[in-house]
Amino acid sequence: MGRIKSIARRTFLIGSAAIVGGVAFGYYAYKKPIANPLLDDLADGAAAITPYVLIDQNGITLITPRTDVGQGAYSVQAALIAEELDVRLDQVNIDPGKPSTAYYNGKVAFEGFPLAATDSSYIAQKGRVMGDVAGKLLGLQLTGGSSTVSDAYEKLRMAGAVARATLLAAAAQKTYIDVTDLKTRDGAVLFPDGSTISYLELAPVAATIEPVTEISLKPESEWRYLGKDMQRLDIVSKSTGTQSYGIDVVMDGMVFATVRTNPRRGDMISYDDTAAKNMRGVNNIVPITGGIGVIADNTWRAFQAAHAVEFNWGPAPYPKTTDDMWAVVGDSFTKKLQDSQFTDDGDVDEALAVADVLEAEYRIPYLAHAPLEPMTATVLLTDIRLDIWTATQIPRFMQANAAKLTGLDVDDVHIHVLMSGGSFGRRLEDDYVLQAVEIAQTIKGTPVKMTWQREQDMTHDFPRPMQMSRARGAVKDGQVDALDLGIAAQSVTASQIGRVGLPVAGPDMMIVAGAWDQPFSIPNYRVTGFRVPEMVPVSSWRSVGASGNGFLHDCFLDELIHVAGADPLEERIRLCWHEPSRKVLEAVGEMSNWGSKMGPNRGRGVAFTLSFGVPVAEVIEVTNTADGIRIDKAYVAAEVGRVMDPVNFDNQVQGGLIWGLSHAIYGALTFDDGMPEQDNYDTYEVMRMYQTPEIIVRGLENSDQIRGIGEPPVPPAAPALANAIFAATGKRIRELPLIKHIDFV
Amino acid sequence: MQLSVNGNSYDVDVEDDMPLLWVLRDELGIHGPKYGCGIAQCGACTVHIDGESVRSCSYAVGDVDGEITTIEGLGTPDALHAVQQAWITHQVAQCGYCQSGQIMEAAAFLATNINPTDTDIDDAMSANLCRCGTYPRIRVAIKSAAATLRGA
Repeated sequence: MGRIKSIARRTFLIGSAAIVGGVAFGYYAYKKPIANPLLDDLADGAAAITPYVLIDQNGITLITPRTDVGQGAYSVQAALIAEELDVRLDQVNIDPGKPSTAYYNGKVAFEGFPLAATDSSYIAQKGRVMGDVAGKLLGLQLTGGSSTVSDAYEKLRMAGAVARATLLAAAAQKTYIDVTDLKTRDGAVLFPDGSTISYLELAPVAATIEPVTEISLKPESEWRYLGKDMQRLDIVSKSTGTQSYGIDVVMDGMVFATVRTNPRRGDMISYDDTAAKNMRGVNNIVPITGGIGVIADNTWRAFQAAHAVEFNWGPAPYPKTTDDMWAVVGDSFTKKLQDSQFTDDGDVDEALAVADVLEAEYRIPYLAHAPLEPMTATVLLTDIRLDIWTATQIPRFMQANAAKLTGLDVDDVHIHVLMSGGSFGRRLEDDYVLQAVEIAQTIKGTPVKMTWQREQDMTHDFPRPMQMSRARGAVKDGQVDALDLGIAAQSVTASQIGRVGLPVAGPDMMIVAGAWDQPFSIPNYRVTGFRVPEMVPVSSWRSVGASGNGFLHDCFLDELIHVAGADPLEERIRLCWHEPSRKVLEAVGEMSNWGSKMGPNRGRGVAFTLSFGVPVAEVIEVTNTADGIRIDKAYVAAEVGRVMDPVNFDNQVQGGLIWGLSHAIYGALTFDDGMPEQDNYDTYEVMRMYQTPEIIVRGLENSDQIRGIGEPPVPPAAPALANAIFAATGKRIRELPLIKHIDFV
Repeated sequence: MQLSVNGNSYDVDVEDDMPLLWVLRDELGIHGPKYGCGIAQCGACTVHIDGESVRSCSYAVGDVDGEITTIEGLGTPDALHAVQQAWITHQVAQCGYCQSGQIMEAAAFLATNINPTDTDIDDAMSANLCRCGTYPRIRVAIKSAAATLRGA
């Protein structure tokens, strides 16, 4: 599909630094090897054969630099290394490592380019390499974009293989036995006579030889871990209350803190802490950017004192109410604010110059991430160094920003990445950490654990943007003939990338992700993105642009299919030109027994979104009961190339679907007087167990593209539910949350 | 004031209205119970008082009159409670942050009903929220734990 019109003349967010006139230098810098950060403080006799394998007196440590936010990243990274290193997972320690360009993410930058995942053209292949170049040059040590597995799939297996080959060479050197006569098993080298020597014993020799890079990877048929059910490394600790999260840090002499900042995200004009500072346990109340920090001897006492402070907050730097914001969004469908039009097939204008044009406007609201562990960071600042213990997806950006704030050298800022109680994209920001550093600046030498109250968390999120679509379409001879979709949204990428200090230029693919890149050959097909001016600062929310566009695109397609009088599943299959995508549609049809009779007041809906390179089809069955809509059953088929761990795959898909349904039904962050109207789970409701359907999951492996599964199940959930509600009730709902328009059980 | 937690007794000097959660976490260093909402909406802070589940974030320490059990007292990695074993077998956790509360809720519930129907499980567990969406696995794990407790 010739969607790429002018890559060379355009610049793209994220990748722009690498591409604008900088390719020659960039290529040189890209080719330059990156130093192994483990060599910096290596003990005598210890070996750090690659940046991912450390063998020292503590045993074998695998470095797993992508943050575990619940998606199982630590376990899958460890398994990829262990598979080739030939160790058992119960023999190794894992460590997220320290911030280093060595741990750059070569896949996540690719999402910034206008290259459909289904595009296998020469330009697309080149673009993917450029994404890797950009990731390396920018030192993108970042967890996100469902990129952990796709980035690590070869990289970490190679790291394990290099380490194993080097240990074999060390054994050969030590014993004078030919390396071809040596084997490995479970962390040891096996000699022909059946005796063994452990990797630990070989480490001092391995440390003195050049890493062996002439290696080959095992064929899949010899995999011991990958592709099979694995036990998550953290499953025992997370089932016994012994897993330590960011919020659980304890240090000698530590004080406890919290913050309150302007809920309108403007300035703090003044505050009165007369009552608060005399409360029991309160050590100090200090001004920070946009508010105050409270230092106390107990978190709850800090919370209480923060409540007792009286504030005079400045105005919001954005429209005051949600209605005012909708007006801004609605006014953004202009030529001047047009951001992209990467899909423009056939002649849409001519096709729509017919009598029966279907027109529809859709809306989706701002959404909070609201991971269950609120934002927290523990900071120890002295005159010469800064240590930060926190759960983060962006250790290197945070390190740079903390260095800038304190005036310390980047090398004197030490980031200790901790387990995260959820994130869904929230920990791609470092606002909370910088607040903790600001507090620590007033109490140098004393460790400060700062914990946000839920209310601070909910009202100071960087939400998913509110979005509007205006769609027009037409059918011909019982088939979908034309679809013209305009989507207006703030730019997540510009908002977010601007905050971490990377260059911002060019169109933002996230405004149209999940819509412009769908594998349908509709004869006349146009997707246009419009950039809404920045209002509330926004960021990546599980599945980012596709999270909303899946609803905007697929529901309108469903409307057209109904107008055409076609079968919703059959017509999607007919329109789909991409074989792996067609197969997920066929699979979900078979799983759900699509077309079979349903009882009265029942209906099923299908939806499809390809996001992060993963085609996902979902079917949802509902019943319209006297008490409202009940979700009976859900079916999901997803294509990831290779399922690394079937158990975790199943869990991630179910969780992604529930995340999508939960926000489709309830999720909305609305504003009045410049402040969010929801500040806790009583007003920002989420799906509960009694509302959760049975969920049947199937992973397909028809593609040669290895992909991650954390985000792709989210986008089709809302449209599958809305389409099912239409099937059961005849009511077409074009605005989220659905609860505004229909009751749920 | 005197508190008995997981069989140990503690003397704490705190305000009567301090929520039990923060006494456990910040005064006693018992971190299994988690802070999620502070208003008894999420259940991450669930502990037992004399075997009954309570939301420790909204339970004033001055009102405690009984033996407190946190997840650390329910079972340990070396001596798992049947519910914890089921959570491991069925690999319930994703981020895991809510699971201490889920497990404590499930253990209290199964102590009164070892033959739960699907509706019983949904009714008992719907006040505990999970942002990762592990509800389907929680259901399976509770059935499995119930079978163990029945000796089935």
